[in-house]
Amino acid sequence: MNIFVCVKQVPDTETKITPTGDGSFIETASIKWIMNPYDEFAVEQALLIKQSNPAANVTVVRVGPTKDTEALRTAMAMGADDAILVETNENLDSYSIAKALKGAIAKSGKTADIILTGKQAIDDDALQVPQVLAEMLNLPSVSVIVGFEVSGNAIKVKREIEGGALEVYELGTPCVIACNKGLNTPRYASLPGIMKAKKKPMTQLSLTDVGVSDSDRRVKYSQFRLPPEKPPGKKFEATDPAKQNDVVSQVVGLLRTEAKVI
Amino acid sequence: MDFSLTTEQREIRELANKFAKNEMIPYAQEYDERGTFPIDQFKKAWELGFINTCIPSEFGGSGFSSVDSVVISEALAYGCMGMNTAFMANDLALLPIVIGGTTEQKKKYLTPFTQEFKIASFCLTEPGNGSDAGGIKTIIKDGGDHWIINGSKMWITNAGYADLFVVYGTIDPALKHKGISALIVEAKSEGIELGKKEDKMGHRSSDTRGVRFNNVKVPKENMIGKPGDGWGIAMSTLDHSRPLVASSALGGAQRALDLSIQYSKERNQFGVPIAKHQAIQFMIAEMGMKVEAARLLTYKAAWLCDQGIRNTEVASYAKAFASDSCMQITTDAVQIYGGYGYSKEYPVEKLMRDAKLIQIYEGTSQIQRLVMARELIK
Amino acid sequence: MSNILVFTELHDGHVKHVTLEILGKLSGQSVDVAVIGDLSNDQIAELAKYGAQNVHKLKGAQLDKYSPEGYANALTNFIKTKSYDYVFAGATSMGKDLLPRLATKFDAGLASDVVNFTFENGTFAGTRPLFAGKCLAKVELNGPKPHFISIRPNALGMTTTPTSGSGAAHDVSVDAGTIRAMIKEIVKAASTKVDLTEANIIITGGRAMKNAENFKILDQMADVIGATVGASRAAVDSGFAPHSMQVGQTGKTVAPSLYIACGVSGAIQHLAGMRTSKVIVAINSDPDAPIFTKADYGIVGDLFQIVPIMTEEFKKLLGR
Repeated sequence: MNIFVCVKQVPDTETKITPTGDGSFIETASIKWIMNPYDEFAVEQALLIKQSNPAANVTVVRVGPTKDTEALRTAMAMGADDAILVETNENLDSYSIAKALKGAIAKSGKTADIILTGKQAIDDDALQVPQVLAEMLNLPSVSVIVGFEVSGNAIKVKREIEGGALEVYELGTPCVIACNKGLNTPRYASLPGIMKAKKKPMTQLSLTDVGVSDSDRRVKYSQFRLPPEKPPGKKFEATDPAKQNDVVSQVVGLLRTEAKVI
Repeated sequence: MDFSLTTEQREIRELANKFAKNEMIPYAQEYDERGTFPIDQFKKAWELGFINTCIPSEFGGSGFSSVDSVVISEALAYGCMGMNTAFMANDLALLPIVIGGTTEQKKKYLTPFTQEFKIASFCLTEPGNGSDAGGIKTIIKDGGDHWIINGSKMWITNAGYADLFVVYGTIDPALKHKGISALIVEAKSEGIELGKKEDKMGHRSSDTRGVRFNNVKVPKENMIGKPGDGWGIAMSTLDHSRPLVASSALGGAQRALDLSIQYSKERNQFGVPIAKHQAIQFMIAEMGMKVEAARLLTYKAAWLCDQGIRNTEVASYAKAFASDSCMQITTDAVQIYGGYGYSKEYPVEKLMRDAKLIQIYEGTSQIQRLVMARELIK
Repeated sequence: MSNILVFTELHDGHVKHVTLEILGKLSGQSVDVAVIGDLSNDQIAELAKYGAQNVHKLKGAQLDKYSPEGYANALTNFIKTKSYDYVFAGATSMGKDLLPRLATKFDAGLASDVVNFTFENGTFAGTRPLFAGKCLAKVELNGPKPHFISIRPNALGMTTTPTSGSGAAHDVSVDAGTIRAMIKEIVKAASTKVDLTEANIIITGGRAMKNAENFKILDQMADVIGATVGASRAAVDSGFAPHSMQVGQTGKTVAPSLYIACGVSGAIQHLAGMRTSKVIVAINSDPDAPIFTKADYGIVGDLFQIVPIMTEEFKKLLGR
């Protein structure tokens, strides 16, 4: 069984985001890169499948710059067998990334049985790649999954929708599964794991190798900017119980007449 | 000259940071309040390879350098200085075996620590002898085919959970330093009596007790080196352990700095975040300067150790500077937090309490200065 | 003028609110609506009121339940018979899952989770948050048409002056094609409240709530104004509320039109999850709590005194 896990490297959640002077993107010089948190659930799920199916091979695939390969190394230190890096310094859109992943999987020479991804990358928050990749490969997909059971060739997954309700799907392999928080608890990469990961193979490909060019760009971003600061709000003193009724009545009134939200 | 960590060290640091953030910080406050021993964290840290970093690879260890150990300890102390004391105590206890033990002793006593989770305790200090370690009163008597230990030890970290003790005693108090000897003592040996857990100001999650040795019989082959080698072994242990202890202070200081920066941007006074006030800016600048200086000293002391260059002087600089800085920085962090800083609801008062101990244990800041002066003036 | 299709999903047989927001914003364009399933005449009338020219009800086998492939195939069938420049839908659970696949059927691009947009010379240009709302960017689409756009619920707001359309209803027969991933069952969540990320009004309790039991005063106010109750990380970490209720960097990112923070200090990580809320009300006894720097209306006082008074005021205002 061949399992592919698509991972992305994103700025640490605590990173302060500063748009560049010309607004073409954000300042990346001082960013600490981490594996996209949702992708960790995908890596963990792949390793759980491998645990009950030791013959399974887990390949992690990433599209991005070579400068830092933390996400791939972390995945291999957690237990993935090998890695593919499609190297690019460009900020690709979801369509191009999905196409690059498809190309990388094809180049690996392996037939994918299960492709796992995070439900979204927390940089562009586009939530597109898993479904686009599935459609490009003509495979079924289920996104935002919080439950995963496999028995033989049948997979049963639980997809979380609005209000916390769950849609239970059944499907076969091959397929694309996009993982959400709550699916599992990702393991830590142990220190011996980090040492072992150094020796695991990492294939590097270019965008040309995977058949992606400028003409594949569908979504263009520009004018990166900080969200507008709100004008200062109104603050009312109501520590004195005698004033409280008036203050609250006034604020509730303003919510209707001024803010128009009630 | 190169100040950067290797890729591997960066990954190790990432992992340790993550562990500190997810497994230590969320529990640190509660464990401190209740004095809970961090047994779950200790076991998890062992599973991930953070514990017993001093064990060489030929005996089953990961073969970490001193710099690697410092990287790990700094990150874990960032999570909780008290828990890190418990973790680090294993290394302090096993280092004498690494440094002075025979191959048989290493196989018998180090390797099991790499195979299953075990706790070790280092017993040097006595009720009447702290800084004056040469004045040890615990007696090691030759009982023919075994040694017999009698005496009391004080402030023994992890004592309540230890599987193994490394005990310093003297074969003859009149010999002073020259009589000091070190023994490997299994905790199940008869005659070991544990005191009650000390109710401490800080590092409250670490288990600290007195330990009494009443006619405890120890096999002859369990002496590290020869009778009288103890002082030399203890001194070279300190050259290894001081960078580690310094890194613990460093981690705590970094946490206090990070929390101070974060809070000063959130807290408004006189209509602006307090970070806009120069008084606060100067305190934060001072903290940053000290953290970085402490880091340079700590990493240099560890690096010298890895190069096989005598580091006694720099290790003392590192230990004293990092722990004194940590005390100053955590105190200033409480000041920046103001009234909230003094409240147990916020994390900085604990840092201040934890910082104090690092100026005291493993050679007080005053003893470090004696060592420095001796090295400088000799 | 562009030819636009708005796909509306049904929630318990009703058109989702976000559809009306999109229609209102598209006033002046030629807009059709497509639904998979059936709509009542009242619902069609409402869609017409907000500008729908044609309402296409797509029907076929295996479309009674959502499936990514079935819905994508059905819509592809239909869209191919028309010449739409743009296809809009809400960035709901279904919209987020369906649109990427549907767009790829046309090799087309998708601008997801857009919070505002304009048409200049018939070309779409949107604004969307990135990096968990820490910055905004302009988003434009290239390549084959139609172009696809998903809109974050509650971001556009409702127009008060809708331009009506003719609202001609059509039944269209479509083919769901081969469906390999099929819903076997739907497990309802315990709570029937609107999800935090969809809620129009959110009331959040922080550490100052002191315990889980006290959250009932927030529930009481929520019942009056139709709000969903959330919690800060501090409250969740203290065990007052489950993680599913957490608003913030490590919880849900929300953008309701009204956000009422009760005893929430406003740590950076909390602000990250709610700063795009339209109107923020903060109740806190600490006059320097950072939440006040983000609040449109701040009340300095004890939440245990203020909240019950506010509940009564809302009751009076809404006549409940």
